[in-house]
Amino acid sequence: MLIIKNLRAAIGDKEILRGIDLPVNAGEIHAVMGPNGSGKSTLAQVLAGHPGYEVTEGEVTYDGRNLLEMDPEIRAQEGIFLAFQYPIEIPGVTNAYFLRSAYNEIRKSKGMSELDPLEFLDLMEEKTKVVDMDPAMMNRSVNTGFSGGEKKRNEILQMAVLEPRLAILDETDSGLDIDALKVVAAGVNALRRPDNATIVVTHYQRLLNYIVPDFVHVLANGRIVKSGGKELALELEEKGYDWIPGAAA
Amino acid sequence: MNDVVSSVIDGAAQLAAILAADTAPESSIEAYRLDFEAADAASTEPAWLRETRRSALAAFERDGFPTMKDEDWHFTNVAPIAETIFRRTRKGSEVSADVLARFGHGQDWHTVVFVNGRAVSGFGAGLPAGVVVSSLASEIERDSDLLKRHLSKLCPPDSGAFSALNTAMAADGAVIHLSAETVLDKPVHLLFIADSASENTAVQTRNLVFADKHSQGTVIESYVSVGGDNYFTNAVTEVFVADGARLSHYKLQTESVNAFHVGTVSVRQGRASRYESFSFATGARLSRTNVHSTLAGEAAEVVMNGLYMVDGAQHVDHQTRIEHVAPNCPSHELYKGILDGRSHGVFNGKVYVHPEAQKTDGKQSNNNLLLSDSARVDTKPQLEIFADDVKCTHGATVGRLDETALFYMRSRGIGPAQSKRLLTYAFAADVLEKIELEGLRDALEEQVLRRFTDA
Repeated sequence: MLIIKNLRAAIGDKEILRGIDLPVNAGEIHAVMGPNGSGKSTLAQVLAGHPGYEVTEGEVTYDGRNLLEMDPEIRAQEGIFLAFQYPIEIPGVTNAYFLRSAYNEIRKSKGMSELDPLEFLDLMEEKTKVVDMDPAMMNRSVNTGFSGGEKKRNEILQMAVLEPRLAILDETDSGLDIDALKVVAAGVNALRRPDNATIVVTHYQRLLNYIVPDFVHVLANGRIVKSGGKELALELEEKGYDWIPGAAA
Repeated sequence: MNDVVSSVIDGAAQLAAILAADTAPESSIEAYRLDFEAADAASTEPAWLRETRRSALAAFERDGFPTMKDEDWHFTNVAPIAETIFRRTRKGSEVSADVLARFGHGQDWHTVVFVNGRAVSGFGAGLPAGVVVSSLASEIERDSDLLKRHLSKLCPPDSGAFSALNTAMAADGAVIHLSAETVLDKPVHLLFIADSASENTAVQTRNLVFADKHSQGTVIESYVSVGGDNYFTNAVTEVFVADGARLSHYKLQTESVNAFHVGTVSVRQGRASRYESFSFATGARLSRTNVHSTLAGEAAEVVMNGLYMVDGAQHVDHQTRIEHVAPNCPSHELYKGILDGRSHGVFNGKVYVHPEAQKTDGKQSNNNLLLSDSARVDTKPQLEIFADDVKCTHGATVGRLDETALFYMRSRGIGPAQSKRLLTYAFAADVLEKIELEGLRDALEEQVLRRFTDA
C-alpha cells in the first residue's frame, strides 16, 4: 500500500529525515517509536503533505502512485488521514460543518453524492458512539475550548467518519489519562479492516497495549535504526533507547 | 476646471446647475456655497433653522475639509471628496418592488424609502400607537417643536466639517419618535437608495431618533446603490435615548464602490438606558463611519460592534468614541475587519472616562484579518481615564489566516480555496453573532458566507 524509500526531508536548512525506508501493507499496524526529536512527527507530517517540510530525496508511493506529488487534500481524498499530535482549534466553524465539508469533499472526489445536514446528523449519531462522545460536541467550534482528551477523541471521530485506508496517529496517546486512552484505542481498533493500515507514532509503549502492532520501528536521528515485532516495544519500555546502535542521543 | 465640470454633467444636471448658480464653481467648497445660497434664497424654512444652517455653513467654510494633519483623520485622506464637485441631488426614479426586495433582506420590517436623499415612501402606515416615523422635510414644514429643540444638539456646527456641511445642506431624512413606554413591534428600516441620477451629487441626509423614557425599539439604516455611480453620501443621525429606554441601531453601508460615504451617528444616553449599535461596511471607494455615544446617566449601557470587509482599492475608516460621564456604566465594543486586495482599513476607538465616572466597565477590541500582502490596517484603540475606580481593557490585533489551520483543513480533504473561505467566514462569524436582531443577523451571516464560500 505504502512504500517509503530513502526518504529525506528538511525544514529550512535543517535535515530531519535522513533516509527512511518503510513498507506498509494493507491490514498491518506499524508502530514508529523513538526518542524526542528523532523525526517521528516529521515523518507523519511529511506523509500528510505539510507544506512546511521539503522532501530533498527519496520517494513515497501509495497504491503505486507518487504520494509526494499530491496536495494534502488529494492525499486525504485518496484515503490518508493524519490524527494530529496537537489538533487545531478553529473558532467560528462548528465541528459538524467542518466534518460534513470534509466528508462531502471526499465523496465528491469519488463521484458520490453529498450528504445534506440531516443525513449527516444521522451518521454523526452513529459515529460519536464509537468514541463515546456527546453528540452536542458537534455544535461547538472545532476543538475550541476542548480538553486535551476531547481533542484526541475528536481526531478519532473524524477518522471514524472519513474512513481512511491509511491512518497515521501522531502521538495520539500524549496527554491522555488511561480511560481516555482506552476509548481512543477502542475507537482505532473498531475501525480496523483487512484493507486498511495504520501507522502509530508514539514515544511510549503504553498505547501499544491497546493497539497491538504487527511491526515496531525505532526511529533515531532521522533514520530507522531497528525494526521488530510487538515484543520490541516492550523491550524499549524496559531498557530505553540507548542500547540500540545509532539511537544514542 | 470648467472643462471638467461641463464634461461630466448631463442635461438634467446642467439645468440643476443653472438653477443653482449662474457660474460654474471653481472648488467644491464654492459649489456647496452656491447650492446653499440657491436653497436659502428659495427657502420657506423657519428662521431658527435658516440661522442654524448659516452658522453651520460658516463653520464649514472656516474649517474646510480635514487633512491628514488632523489627528482624527491621520490615516484617511479625504482629498478625493474635497477636490470633487458634488452638486445638490436630483430627483431619483421610483423604486421597483425588485429593488425593495433586494435590500429588504426578506424581513418583515417597517421600511421607509429614500431615493437620492429624498423621502419616497413608507411613512405613516402600520405603526403602533405612540410611534411616529416622518420625514425631516415634513417636520421642517410644520416647524415641529421637537426638531427645534434637538436638531444639531448632538452634532453642533463645531463638531467637524462633515457634520457642519450636513447641517447646512440636508433637506431630508427620517425622524423617528418612540413615545415613553412604547415598544416598537418591528424594526424601522431606513433604506437610502442612490440611483443613476445620483451621479456627481452630494446626498446629504439628516436623521433624528428619539427613544423616550422606557421605550424599546430597533432602527436599521441601509445605504445602498442600484448602480455603480460616483456620488457622496454625507449622513448624520442624532439619537436621544432617554432614561430606561432600549434602542438597537444597525447601520449597513453597502454603497457603490465608486461612491464616498461619511456617516456620523451621535448618541446621548440617559440613566439605565441601553444602546446597541452595529456597523456593517462593505461598500464605497472611501468611507468613514463615526459612532459616538455619551453615557450621561448612571448605569447606562452601550454596545458598539462592527464588521468591515473591503477589497480592491477600497478605504474603510471607523471612529468610535464613548464618553463615560456618569458612574456605573458598562461599554463593550468589538470591531472586526477583513481586508483584501490593496484595501486599507482604519479603526480608531476612543474611550474617555470622566472623573465622576467611577465603576466604569469598559472593554474594547479591534481584530483585523489581512487576506493579501498589499492590504493594510491602521488601528488605534485609545483609553483616557480620569477616574480611579474603573475596569477598562482594550486591544487590537492584525493577522493573517492561520497556516496550521489551513493545513489541518486540507489534511481533511478540503481544498485550499474553500479552506481559506471557511476560515475567513469563521473570523467574521463571532462578531455577527452579537447582532441581537435575529433576522438581520441571519441575513448578514448568509451574505458573508456567500461572499466567502461561493467559488
